[in-house]
Amino acid sequence: MAETTEDLEQAFEAKIAAEEKIEPKDWMPEAYRKNLVRQMSQHAHSEVIGMQPEGNWLTRAPTLKRKCILLAKIQDEGGHGLYLYSATETLGVSREELIDALHEGRAKYASIFNYPSLTWADIGAIGWLVDGAAIVNQISLQRTSYGPYARAMVRICKEESFHQRQGYEIMVELARGSDAQKAMAQDALNRWWWPSLMMFGPHDAESAHSAQSMLWKIKRQSNDDLRQKFVDQTVPQAEAIGLRIPDDALVWNEARGHYDFGEIDWDEFQRVIRGDGLCNRQRLRHHKQAHDDGAWVREAMAAYAAREENV
Amino acid sequence: MSNRNMMPLFEVFVRGKRGLDHIHVGSLHAHDAEQALEYARDTYIRRGEGVSIWVVESKHIHASQESDAQAFYDPMDDKPYRHATYYTLPDGVDNM
Amino acid sequence: MSDIGLYARRLGDDALILGQRLCEWCSNAPVLEEDLALANTALDYLGRARLLLSYAGSFDGKSEDELAYLRGEREFENLLLMELPNGDFAFSMARQYLLDVYEGGFFAALAQSSDEQLAAIAGKAAKEVAYHLRRSAEWLRRLGLGTDESNARTQAALDELWGYTAELFEMDALEERLAAAGVAVDRRALEADWRAQVTRAITEAGLQVPETAWSVRGGREGVHTEYLGHLLSELQYLQRAHPGLSW
Repeated sequence: MAETTEDLEQAFEAKIAAEEKIEPKDWMPEAYRKNLVRQMSQHAHSEVIGMQPEGNWLTRAPTLKRKCILLAKIQDEGGHGLYLYSATETLGVSREELIDALHEGRAKYASIFNYPSLTWADIGAIGWLVDGAAIVNQISLQRTSYGPYARAMVRICKEESFHQRQGYEIMVELARGSDAQKAMAQDALNRWWWPSLMMFGPHDAESAHSAQSMLWKIKRQSNDDLRQKFVDQTVPQAEAIGLRIPDDALVWNEARGHYDFGEIDWDEFQRVIRGDGLCNRQRLRHHKQAHDDGAWVREAMAAYAAREENV
Repeated sequence: MSNRNMMPLFEVFVRGKRGLDHIHVGSLHAHDAEQALEYARDTYIRRGEGVSIWVVESKHIHASQESDAQAFYDPMDDKPYRHATYYTLPDGVDNM
Repeated sequence: MSDIGLYARRLGDDALILGQRLCEWCSNAPVLEEDLALANTALDYLGRARLLLSYAGSFDGKSEDELAYLRGEREFENLLLMELPNGDFAFSMARQYLLDVYEGGFFAALAQSSDEQLAAIAGKAAKEVAYHLRRSAEWLRRLGLGTDESNARTQAALDELWGYTAELFEMDALEERLAAAGVAVDRRALEADWRAQVTRAITEAGLQVPETAWSVRGGREGVHTEYLGHLLSELQYLQRAHPGLSW
């Protein structure tokens, strides 16, 4: 009854075609598994590295209520990183291996976190734009073909609904505040708008992994479609609070039923990924430092657990 | 890599409310069941999503104690700002 | 401000200052799971600070934020333990343990206060503390009995922290008056139980109860370590740079 690889592949393709989820114990092509590990671990690392730019304002939040909200929000990001690491581990890689890959530069995280959070308004902009963009992407991923990834996404989407709102609420408050606050809000929008659009990745034609990911239904909508969706929903939100999107080419296109918008500076996109962001080295160093500083604690935990088992 | 101090993986099951089954919600790393329960509490019921937790490592099942109910779950009830409905949107902005 | 207002304010200061310190752990914990757990503890402290400072402010028309963001070093009356820098994980956990045992006794007693608001806040805090203590007591054992390094680090932390614990059990005139009226906790009465419980746990964790020849005090009089000023500069930065705005 030995099944050939061809049989297995056919069964796998049939499941994908029928919109059935692939589960951890199922046979899957090695390339599918690798593709998932790459995308899911990058997603997990992004959540965890993303704690840093917001953590930068945690001890300086302007009110106690905002401080509580921000801490709860950053904690959620850590939790989402954990959900995603767990989902990735169902593919047979350990968290340690994933973290090693991050520290050694073999795994990536969302390049947007290489930009600095300079003012309090950046906390608003990150929640509104960066989380807004992430949510558009993640809603789509709830239908991804790998079961544990899809379930993690459902959970994450449910929890993240407050993240964007808390960011937008910060912007609303600043936009109707003093001149200095308004300027702070506009400046943050100016600096975070384009990097947020870059979060969706290269144009479909130039995206290295997109085509195969779409075929395997790991990705469900293209980079450009998701980007368009984000622009369409965000422009009216900016207008509602009197902020200007920093794009002279931005205009409603009645015929398409969408906003037309300017071209992304792909040169900047590539440069920041390659290391020219203000915070690339800081983000990785911070993560590695915390991990290294915790080594003796993890050793103590292991030693204690071993001791308890022997009692 | 033998001295990397890998913590065992635990699967986490949460009972959403009395009368419902424990449902698998995900996993986490901990060195023992006790720590796994606490981390499950701090990770998977940040919004008060549960009234009881199971963690399972390989063949073993460990359930949380009824007597922990107050310290475990009540402190999670006072953080309404974790829910989207806590925030008011300006007129003309909806579906966020 | 009334006696009760002043009392609520200093208890609020305790919660706020340690809450701020715990925030500094965010993204710095030894494992991701612990990062989330520490954030929950911090949220409990910050939530408690808001309740207590709001109540304190209600006596003379001030908001929680005016009290948190617009007072200087000499006006904060938190216990010194709260403001000490986090140090390593052993230091933060040993501090948490010593405080959790103290707060367990303190809030159980305050829940019996004749002041209904304070009693209600204390009832809520007691539940939080029960969970904090469960965690910190386990950490004390784990670190004490873990490796030589974790034992040494935890012992060093206890030795340093010990000199700040005398202050936990000292009363000033304000608290004496309020204790006599059944409002405040007589903290002297908590000491024997605290010492017995802490001594047992430290010993069982393979650690030594410190015999520190020094002890410092001053928090309740607004006389602090130099660390507090820097903590406040960071905490209060935006409110000081842009006075009187809404955020």
